[in-house]
Amino acid sequence: MKPTLAPAGHHDPRATGRGADEPARPGRAALGSHTFPTPALSVLALIALVMSFVNPSFLSPGNLGAVAEQSAVPAVLAVGLTFVILMGGIDLSLEGTMAAASLTTALLVANDRNTIDLGLWAIAAGCAVGALIGLVAGAAVGLLRVPSFIVTIGTWQIGLGVAQLLFGDTPPRVTDESFRALADHKTAGLPGIVWIALLVVAAGWTLQRYTRFGRYAYVIGGSEETALLSGIPVRAYRAAAFVLAGATAGLAAAMATARSGVGDVGIGTGLLFTTIAGVVIGGTFLTGGRGGVLHSLVGVVVMVAIANAMVLAGVSSYIQQTVQGVVVVTAASLTLWRARRRLRVIK
Amino acid sequence: MELRGATKSFPGVRALNDVSVEVRRHEVLGLIGENGAGKSTLLKVLCGLQRLDSGSLLLRGSEAVFQGVADANRNGVAMVFQEQSLLENITVAENVLLGNEGPSLRCGLYRWRDLNRRAQKYLDLVGGSLRAATPTGRLPFAKRQMVEVAKALASGERGHHEPVILLDEPTSVLEHAEMETLFSIVRELRERASVVFVSHRMEEVLAICDRVYVMRDGGVAGECRPADVTTDQLFSMMVGQDLGAGYYHESDQRPAQSRPRLELGDLTGETFHDVSLTIAHGEVVSLMGVQESGREDVARAVFGAVPVRSGTITLDGRRIRPRSPAHAVRAGIGYVPAERKVDGAVLGMDVRENLTLAHPGQVSRGPLLDPARERHTVGEWIEDLRVRTPSQHTPMRDLSGGNQQKVVLAKWLLDPELRVLVLDTPTRGLDVGAKADVYALIRRLAARGLAVLLLADTLDEGIAMSHRVLTMKDGRITGEFTSGAGARPQRTDVLERMV
Repeated sequence: MKPTLAPAGHHDPRATGRGADEPARPGRAALGSHTFPTPALSVLALIALVMSFVNPSFLSPGNLGAVAEQSAVPAVLAVGLTFVILMGGIDLSLEGTMAAASLTTALLVANDRNTIDLGLWAIAAGCAVGALIGLVAGAAVGLLRVPSFIVTIGTWQIGLGVAQLLFGDTPPRVTDESFRALADHKTAGLPGIVWIALLVVAAGWTLQRYTRFGRYAYVIGGSEETALLSGIPVRAYRAAAFVLAGATAGLAAAMATARSGVGDVGIGTGLLFTTIAGVVIGGTFLTGGRGGVLHSLVGVVVMVAIANAMVLAGVSSYIQQTVQGVVVVTAASLTLWRARRRLRVIK
Repeated sequence: MELRGATKSFPGVRALNDVSVEVRRHEVLGLIGENGAGKSTLLKVLCGLQRLDSGSLLLRGSEAVFQGVADANRNGVAMVFQEQSLLENITVAENVLLGNEGPSLRCGLYRWRDLNRRAQKYLDLVGGSLRAATPTGRLPFAKRQMVEVAKALASGERGHHEPVILLDEPTSVLEHAEMETLFSIVRELRERASVVFVSHRMEEVLAICDRVYVMRDGGVAGECRPADVTTDQLFSMMVGQDLGAGYYHESDQRPAQSRPRLELGDLTGETFHDVSLTIAHGEVVSLMGVQESGREDVARAVFGAVPVRSGTITLDGRRIRPRSPAHAVRAGIGYVPAERKVDGAVLGMDVRENLTLAHPGQVSRGPLLDPARERHTVGEWIEDLRVRTPSQHTPMRDLSGGNQQKVVLAKWLLDPELRVLVLDTPTRGLDVGAKADVYALIRRLAARGLAVLLLADTLDEGIAMSHRVLTMKDGRITGEFTSGAGARPQRTDVLERMV
């Protein structure tokens, strides 16, 4: 490529796909753009196509609504988690954080265990508890430089422990109907939690695209060294990502609590898998630097849709779990396929 | 900008020794010198990556201490790094203004149009029809280099002073036409900045620079204007004086046998082309070349660590295709890398474990390690090689560089099946005494009939240690000299084929 010969076109290469002056990279076109979750969307389309033959009721408005509703909580979780993963970290504490936040929320709205009634402020309190647990993880990762993997396994247990303490003997039952209506009340045919999830995704997307925190998440995930050399306070941003992930886990817990009507230690059970699997399938690299909030949203919907489709297709529940596992391993291998060669000894 | 009496040492090596240089306004200053002459260290000091042990750095007449690269940027000094420092996963504009987005944010939100407009200003300065909104990963390497220059310009102008731009081997990845473009950029830069230009390639430096410093062994060997000197004069300034022959244990050199041991036939990979060479039993062949000559990759290809596109590798008459280092080791090829701390030794493990790492079979009985035999064997080697270590259980990281390197070499000595040893600058960073020990060890290995492929750290080392010297430039073999005690090739002749 000779710069002197390169066309001086004033177009945005993103609009026209691969420009004329790009080096040939086989496999790149197949994997699609990194700025839009094309591969995950194709998987979604494929599932829809297959199901239209196997069981057309998959595509009925009722079932699509159910998929959206089931996706709402993991989608909110995925938004916060995405930033942690973009920076090359991981947050495994979601289920524990959700447990603590669920109990907190349930005990602070009108309930059958105490007389406290903060109304909708209880949701904020749930988020705050989540953020606090996130801060513990963030401080350990950012300041003490402990790998996030082990730190968040620890905070997971801390969250569960706090939840157990709050749980006592009987589950607190939510009696605040307006709180419950947040989750159930349908607007334009979709229940409240779906709208909340969409709002959170929109906020996450804005964060990712238009703020320093979001842009530097890519920088830090791309090369921490470059970030440091550019004078970016990497540790603070890392810690902030965990706080955000904690807060969204708190919100997700409040949403799930509103839906079920009880504060529950096991409220997040199984969601860690759905969320992390969704993020990976969406195309966010676990090594950091690639992907984004929209990717994660689509990935989560794919995971939920697969589970839903298998139920409709009458697949045995034992096999369902295995299939989900295989899907995740396959997706992770595919997204890292291109990076595979780069991992070879030096260039 | 000026350095006075600058001195910088690293463990075991004095990288800069009482260096005084000055960078004048609106000039392109060249720095040339062999590998290890101190050019890189000098640049790192100038751009705030490293601090001086003694001496002072003056910027626009007053003394300055940079707290880091960002601080140097604020003072108008910015560097274009040799290894590309751009992030592929963000746009060109974000790279150019990384850490410098300030005015393009309002209420914490990015104003992309403003960011792109500001970045575009710098991109237009370097030409090459670069667009600010392009994802960086889509640009070919040559264009990324232009973006690097734009980034340095943007960083340098943060200080509201006339910037000093440091270019570290900017041409190493460029094709000829791209180089011309870069040169015209550098000439334009001169209007608004001072430029320090480091290169291995003599013609480039002479073509572009107003003034040149020649560096050697951590000091300035001379200063000149390109118009006043010939290439020959510069070459002799670069190589300096002879070292004693005893240092290299030249009397220990044994003549090589005639039977070929390792043969490369038209070996071609990403960074090297049609490399053919033969090394006989007991022969030491050194492959000389500057940093981007491709010689490292040739060595790594033999060891199976970089892929080969075409060509053959023949070992004792049998064709081999090393697909991985493990495969190469099984075939009888050993490798001692330059970055000893990264690749060659496991620093957290102790001396004994490191020694027996690659060949546990030598200290085992059946499938199990035999501690008594291990202790005995390792003890013998430590004594034989004069490894200075308190005990066999001392962690590697507590040993000096020279002793670490002896352990790494001994690791390969343990293998009775070893046929070829690839040494990638094995003495880099070692002090004089340790170097001499390593040289003696290499002689011994060759005398055992091994074929040794040596990537020497310096010209002298390569010439003195080998039976033959091959030179490489831009991925191709450019010359061959027979060498031997008393009949060494001229250093300037060898250097000429490399630069």
